[in-house]
Amino acid sequence: MDHVLTWMTFLPLLGAAVVLCLPSRRPGLIKRVALLSTLPTFALGVRLFAAFDRATTAYQYVDRTPWIASYAIDYFVGVDGVSITMVLLTALLCPLCVLASFGIDKGVKGYFALFLMLETGMLGVFVALDFFLFYVFWEVMLLPMYFLIGVWGGPRREYAAIKFFLYTFAGSVLMLVAMLVLYFGAAPHTFAIPELAGRGAVFDPRTQQLLWLALFVAFAIKIPAFPFHTWLPDAHVEAPTAISVILAGVLLKMGTYGLLRINYGILPAATLDLAFWSLAALGTFNIVYGALCALAQTDLKKLVAYSSISHMGYVMLGMAAFTPQGINGAVLQMFNHGTITALLFLLVGVIYDRAHHREIAGFGGLAGVMPVYTGVAALAFFAAMGLPGLSAFISEVLVLLGAWQRHPGLTIVAASAIVLTAGYLLWTLQRVWLGRLDERYAALPDVDARELATLLPLAAIVLALGVYPHAVLDLIGASLGHLNELVRAGAAAGVAPR
Amino acid sequence: MDPVAVTSLRWIPLLPLLGALVNGLAGKAIQRRVGEGAVAAIAVAPVAAAFAVSLAVFARLLALDPSRRVLLDVVWRWLDVGALRVDVALLADPLSTTLLLVVTGIGGLIHVYATAYMRGDDAYWRFFAYLNLFTFAMLVLVLADNLLLMFVGWEGVGFCSWALIGFWWREPVNTTAGNKAFIVNRVGDAGFVLGVFALFWALDAAGHGTVAFREIQRHAASLDGAVLWGVPVATLVTLLLFVGATGKSAQFPLHVWLPDAMQGPTPVSALIHAATMVTAGVYMIARLHFLYAMAPATLAVVAGIGAATALGAATIALVQDDIKRVLAYSTVSQLGYMFLALGVGAWTAGVFHLVTHAFFKACLFLGAGSVIHALHHEQDMRGMGDLHAKLPVTFWTFLMAALALGGTPLTAGFFSKDEILWHAWSSPYGGTLLWGVGVAGAALTACYVCRQVLLVFFGESRADPHHGEPVRESPAAMTGPLVILAAGALLVGFLGVPDGLGGANPFAAWLDAVFASEHIDAAHAAEAAHDVRLEWALMAVSVAMATGGAGVAYLIYQARALSADAVAGIAGGAPYRLLVHKYWLDEVYWATIGRGVRWLARAGAWFDARVLDGVVDGSALVMRAIARLESRFDARVVDGFVNALADATWALGGRLRRLQTGNVNAYLYVVVGAVALVLIARIF
Repeated sequence: MDHVLTWMTFLPLLGAAVVLCLPSRRPGLIKRVALLSTLPTFALGVRLFAAFDRATTAYQYVDRTPWIASYAIDYFVGVDGVSITMVLLTALLCPLCVLASFGIDKGVKGYFALFLMLETGMLGVFVALDFFLFYVFWEVMLLPMYFLIGVWGGPRREYAAIKFFLYTFAGSVLMLVAMLVLYFGAAPHTFAIPELAGRGAVFDPRTQQLLWLALFVAFAIKIPAFPFHTWLPDAHVEAPTAISVILAGVLLKMGTYGLLRINYGILPAATLDLAFWSLAALGTFNIVYGALCALAQTDLKKLVAYSSISHMGYVMLGMAAFTPQGINGAVLQMFNHGTITALLFLLVGVIYDRAHHREIAGFGGLAGVMPVYTGVAALAFFAAMGLPGLSAFISEVLVLLGAWQRHPGLTIVAASAIVLTAGYLLWTLQRVWLGRLDERYAALPDVDARELATLLPLAAIVLALGVYPHAVLDLIGASLGHLNELVRAGAAAGVAPR
Repeated sequence: MDPVAVTSLRWIPLLPLLGALVNGLAGKAIQRRVGEGAVAAIAVAPVAAAFAVSLAVFARLLALDPSRRVLLDVVWRWLDVGALRVDVALLADPLSTTLLLVVTGIGGLIHVYATAYMRGDDAYWRFFAYLNLFTFAMLVLVLADNLLLMFVGWEGVGFCSWALIGFWWREPVNTTAGNKAFIVNRVGDAGFVLGVFALFWALDAAGHGTVAFREIQRHAASLDGAVLWGVPVATLVTLLLFVGATGKSAQFPLHVWLPDAMQGPTPVSALIHAATMVTAGVYMIARLHFLYAMAPATLAVVAGIGAATALGAATIALVQDDIKRVLAYSTVSQLGYMFLALGVGAWTAGVFHLVTHAFFKACLFLGAGSVIHALHHEQDMRGMGDLHAKLPVTFWTFLMAALALGGTPLTAGFFSKDEILWHAWSSPYGGTLLWGVGVAGAALTACYVCRQVLLVFFGESRADPHHGEPVRESPAAMTGPLVILAAGALLVGFLGVPDGLGGANPFAAWLDAVFASEHIDAAHAAEAAHDVRLEWALMAVSVAMATGGAGVAYLIYQARALSADAVAGIAGGAPYRLLVHKYWLDEVYWATIGRGVRWLARAGAWFDARVLDGVVDGSALVMRAIARLESRFDARVVDGFVNALADATWALGGRLRRLQTGNVNAYLYVVVGAVALVLIARIF
């Protein structure tokens, strides 16, 4: 499995090139080729999942060659437990999203080429071990996303696309500055993340904290953390279904992934100093605020978007606990949120394709005409509610349990939000799927085989991880244990007491 | 002493789960192609088999020495993160086995009853899939060897309860009741999980972080002296867990969901909302009795809430007209008695009442269902009357169960309730007040149940004459379970005849292995030396009070010596209105919490859309203004970029081009500003 990560990352780009060469008048062919281009990456991901050494904390499947030697910039990729989990999530969601995009009929060639470029960008972010390479992939991913929302989106697509772009870009700039400062601070100068580990210590505590905050804002925009989140509801509402899935399923994870990889890894002392307000308290606020906003939404997709904000708050709270349960729960929650929210957006897409609107009040009684659809929706909604036996229960319990030791007060607030979550989800379930059927929708067809093929794999994972969470926990345990110790030791070594 | 390792326990929950899966995935086709009978068989057989396995477990335990009566079935390692190790493991000891027999036995009977009651429903298959799934979740709850797995069952039964209350989902009133049940329960659930967290970390601090019951018991002593926020940890943990119990077991102030839950089909009310699920809180406290024994403050709260609920719910039951709502408030009230027992440390008495109540209340609910069935979905008692001859089996079984509920001497309810009242009086945690409230509740109980029997089965028929169809007794599948349950309502009390009446009390002996080590010493001493004459005297008082209560009902509804209207008009009708409106608690909750949350939600959404986005869009405008001052060249380059957006609409594009102009400038400003900031920071 030489260069397996490189193959996984760039095969979709190759697919994009092939797609561009296909004739535009054969959209069916383009769609099939696009789907085929995502499958080798997925297959390699499955092999990686089987072969990954779960006991070591070292980076695996490392690929390193000098790239821009004069600045010590390498093409340097590799995975640890955290990144492989995100790589698997990406490799899983992309084929499903391509399948979910088969209904696209405008600019088919451009859409699928951009989508495949996006996949390369996302995978690149997760496998990059050179900060510069990470930054390049981060930007690479931004452009296709901008066009996918701005061209194939809903009525306010340009506004949403530009808002998304500006927000992320502002973050990138901060990241760029912090990256350069870290580069010049390291002796010898390097962008290699493993070599930068703990190197933040060369700076005085104040600078470390400033760097930490610059990086934090860059990543918080992606999570998205209050108050940097307002791009998300707009982007979700306007984006086509599959792009919403990618946005919620993968892109949001880059925020918390970046925090773990960069902030935690390179600036452990500042992490410990700043985690309470920036992560624990803000995360708890995200949980409650997102849930309250979701309760007030009238658009189904916007409701899911705000629920996303709420659920990502658990990731922030968990990672700020510095307990094994908290940090493992946080990363497991990243994966679970990826699958559950993907499922929710796919479900919204199904009904939008049929009814051409998403007003919650405009539906009712869909269970009568679309029973299979209703069954999957109920599963997804209860999964989002954290019902025991389903995947999110494990991650939320781990997060809250882990958080209690360090932040019992915040944990009480966060745990009471499960009441709000049940509130908005059950109320939505009732208004859209139960009750009397609107005559306009008496003839809606139930989900077809293609739609079911996008939904069922995710539903199966949601069920399986609730029963056997160690499928993911075993992957991440060693790396996170190491990272957690690094942060605690970074502070203990007395690098940064004021 | 290690538990006996077995692998048989897993079949008890697994069998109903299989039934649920088959009916849930293929039931629709089976119902259409083969018929309701096949669906019913698929649903009933696994529960019957689970009952058989439970009996075998019971026999196995009996064969063991009392001190060794613990079976453990470790299925797989569920979680292993840091110090947190949680197995999917099932534990059968005398306590869980008692519940096991109730759930599979009475649950099985209710399954049989439902096969006839639900006949003709389009979603017959879905009903039984849920019912099996509920049984599975309840069995997980009962058998779990740790708190986290118990919570899986705990919320699992909550989910099934939601699905079954709203079973007829086309009516919003049903689904709203389901949502209310789930959401109110979630309040309790939040307390439950927080209690688990607090317990885990308090034990972890002593080096024994665990959530497994047997481990908790082993290391409970290490909680002594532990304090959080100035509260002893044992008190905090038990209080938080009790919040969970008030939700699931419908105790004040979280009882409001249970009466609404009567929207579900009647077998559901019998199974979930009377015999099994709602007793989960009682079971949980009995399971953790050793922790509660360490927290006298919590015990006082438990006893107080239990007594208050027992009395308060009984007062509301007096004035309900819906046949099922009377029973719902009665259930809330009887659960209150169980908590009263637990709160004074009388664990065995609490569990005993749980068992007897399961028999007579399931019988009452199923009897009510039989009446409703016979009257073509009439539930209002004002539309009933004079049914005793028309529905003889239903009448006689209902009467037996009603006698038990009313506390008629020698019925099951008499033994279990009087045991609770005796402990409420004699326990060091009890007292005259708790006993007095309990006795007053007993009088009211006899009154409302007598009223119900008289209104439904005696007097003149008030049934709608336009309903042409004759009133017929229910089929054997329904009356059979009624007869068995009524027999139980009369007889199971003899398993626990108190010492004061010369009984051997095998029930207490059976549970002794679980509770013996934690008997509250003083209480034990008091019991050993207790005054038999005092016990008899107290019994006589409660029987007299109950007779009085029933007598009042007789005078009003049968002898007509008192007019119901006159009674309702006492004190200008204010007390009556208070009860009819259930103390206005729903209204108060809605006006405060309901409105408050909705206001907060709207405020949050407004803040998001107006303030935050206002700032974002506003800064874009500022950038745009600055951009106007910039060179045309700059603007053209960016314009070219924007034009490349193939489908940008002309009108919007015009505005957005200007936004884009701001973009590059913003970029530059942020770069310069950030570099400056870092430089400044480095200089200082």
